Amino acid sequence: MLRTRFWVPYAYIAPAAGLIAFIFAYPVAKMIDYSTRYPDDPNGARVGTRNYRLAFEDPTFRDAAKHSALLLLAVPILLAISVIVAVLLYDRVRGWRFYRSILFLPYILAVPIVGIVAGYFFQLNGVLNSILRAVGLGGLAFDWLGSERLALWTVMIVIVWREVGFGIVLFLARLLSMSEEPIEAARIDGAGWWRRLRHIILPELRGTIEFYVVVAAITMLAWVFAYVYTLTSGGPGTSTTVLELYIYNQGLVNSLPGIASAVAVLLLGATTILISILFWIRARARDEEVTFA
Amino acid sequence: MSEPDGVLARVVVRRPPSPRPGVPKLLKHVILVAAALLAFYPIWFMLTTAFKGQHDYLANPYSFPWPLTFSNFSEAVQGGQFLTWFKNSVVLTVGAVIVSTGFAALAAFAIARMRFIGRNVFLSVNVALMVVPPVVMLIPLYILFTNFNLIATYRGVILIYAGLTLPFSVYLLTNFFRSIPHELIESALTDGASHLRILLQIILPLSLPALVTLVVVNALWVWNELLIALVFLPQDNLRTLMVGVTVFQSRYNLNVPVTMAGMLLASLPMVVLYLFGQRFFIRGLTAGAIKG
Repeated sequence: MLRTRFWVPYAYIAPAAGLIAFIFAYPVAKMIDYSTRYPDDPNGARVGTRNYRLAFEDPTFRDAAKHSALLLLAVPILLAISVIVAVLLYDRVRGWRFYRSILFLPYILAVPIVGIVAGYFFQLNGVLNSILRAVGLGGLAFDWLGSERLALWTVMIVIVWREVGFGIVLFLARLLSMSEEPIEAARIDGAGWWRRLRHIILPELRGTIEFYVVVAAITMLAWVFAYVYTLTSGGPGTSTTVLELYIYNQGLVNSLPGIASAVAVLLLGATTILISILFWIRARARDEEVTFA
Repeated sequence: MSEPDGVLARVVVRRPPSPRPGVPKLLKHVILVAAALLAFYPIWFMLTTAFKGQHDYLANPYSFPWPLTFSNFSEAVQGGQFLTWFKNSVVLTVGAVIVSTGFAALAAFAIARMRFIGRNVFLSVNVALMVVPPVVMLIPLYILFTNFNLIATYRGVILIYAGLTLPFSVYLLTNFFRSIPHELIESALTDGASHLRILLQIILPLSLPALVTLVVVNALWVWNELLIALVFLPQDNLRTLMVGVTVFQSRYNLNVPVTMAGMLLASLPMVVLYLFGQRFFIRGLTAGAIKG
C-alpha cells in the first residue's frame, strides 16, 4: 500500500465517483421521485402510489410483465446448453478451439443486427420455411414472428441463439482454469465420464453456475430491449411486449414518465433482488470455505 | 459416515477394466457439429444473401450465390447515410472508451494501492452497478439532458456510455492492478516518483493486456448499443450505425440482399477485431465470473 495524505485517494476516485453519481445515482433518485408524481408531469404534484396502480390496471403492463416472466424460461435452457457444450469441449475433442470460435461468434454480433437478420430468417417466406417446405415439412412452416401464439417463443429462440455463446465460453474458461489433478486421479481410478462429470466437474462449476443463472435471469428480465425492438417492436398486438419496451413506450412515446418510472422502479427492484441473492450466496460460500479450511 | 461409501465406491470402480465410456467420441462430435452449424447457419445466411441478386434470393433463399453479386454493397452504402453513421459510431466508441478507461484507471489505482475509508464500499457499488439495466436511467436522463441541451450531442452520449461501462472498467482494472508485485513500485518510490508517475510510468505499461481487454470489451458494448443511441441521438445525421441500420432496414424492407449487405458491413469491424484478438474478447467477457 502507498502512503498518502488522507485526501489523495479521494482525488483519484473523484472523476469515477462523479460520473457514477451523474449516470446512476441521480437518475435512480429522480426516477423514484417521478414515480410518485403526476403521470404526465415529472414536476407535478405528488400522487402517492397512483402510477403503480395505473400500471397494474393497464392490461398492456400485465402482458409485458407476463412476457418478461416467460422469458425467464430461457434461463434453464441457456444453462443446460452452455454446460453440456462446455464440458464436451473441455474433453479436448479434436478442433475444440475451432468449435469455440464458431460458437462464440453470435455473441460478437450486435443485437440489432441479429434481430434484423433473424427477422428475415423467420419470415413467412423466409429461408427457414423454404427449407422446411423443401424437405417436406411444409406443415411446420409457421408464421414464426407474425402469429401471436408463436412470436414470443421465436424471440426467445433468437435470444438463446446469441446469448448461449457467452455461457459456453464462460463455463469453458472456468473448466480450463481448474486443476486437472482430481479429474486425472478419478480417471486413473476408472471413474467413467458420467461419474467424473457428476462428482468432480459439476461441483467445481457450482459458483459459476450460480453466477450465470443470476446474470442470465437479469438479462432476460431487463436487457432484451434491442431484440424485441428490432424483431417485432412488441407485436403482433402486444404479444411480445416486455417490461423494457413498456417503459420506453410509456415514457417516450406516450409521454407518461410517471408510469414509466413506476415500472422502472419495479424492474430495478427485481434486478436488485436477483443480484442480492448472488452476493448472499457468494458470502455464504466464502464463510463455508473459512469454516472448513 | 462417508467412510463405508468411499470404500464401496473404490471396490466398485477398481473392478477389471472396461470403464464406462460415457459419451462416445462420435456422439460428442455429432453434438458439437450440430451446435456449430446452428450457431453459424444464420451468419452464413447473412453472408451468402449479401452476394445475391434480388431475383436469385426470391427464387431460392438458401442457394449458394453464384455468380457473386457485389452491387448490394454499393447500394447499401449509398442507400442510407452509411458513412456518416459509421463515423458517428467511431467517434462515440473512441470517446466513451477513453473517458471510461481513464477515469477507471485513476479510481482503480486508488482502490488497489491506497488505504482509505469507503474503499470496499466503492468497489462493491461498482460490482453491483454492472448489472443495472440502462432502461432504468432512461427517462430521468432524458429529462435532464433535455434541460441541459445535451440531447443530440456527442458529448452527452459519450458521458452516458462512459458512465455505463465505468463499473466494469473499475472492477477489471482494480483486479489487475492488485496483481502487480509491490517491489516494482517500491523501487520507483525510493527514486522519489510521484503517485501519478507511478501510475502512468509503471502500472499502466505493465497492465497492457488488461487495458487491451478492457478497450475491446467496452468498444464492443458501445458499438453494439441501441437503446441509448436511439433515444439520445434522434437526428439522421447523428445516428449511430446500429440505429442507422435499424431504420435503414425498415426502409429497404423488400430488398433483402441489400439489407444483408448493410448488416454485413456493420458487423465487419467487430468481427475482424474478434478474429484477430479472440483471447482478449474471451478473457474480458468472462472476467468477473471466474473466481470473482
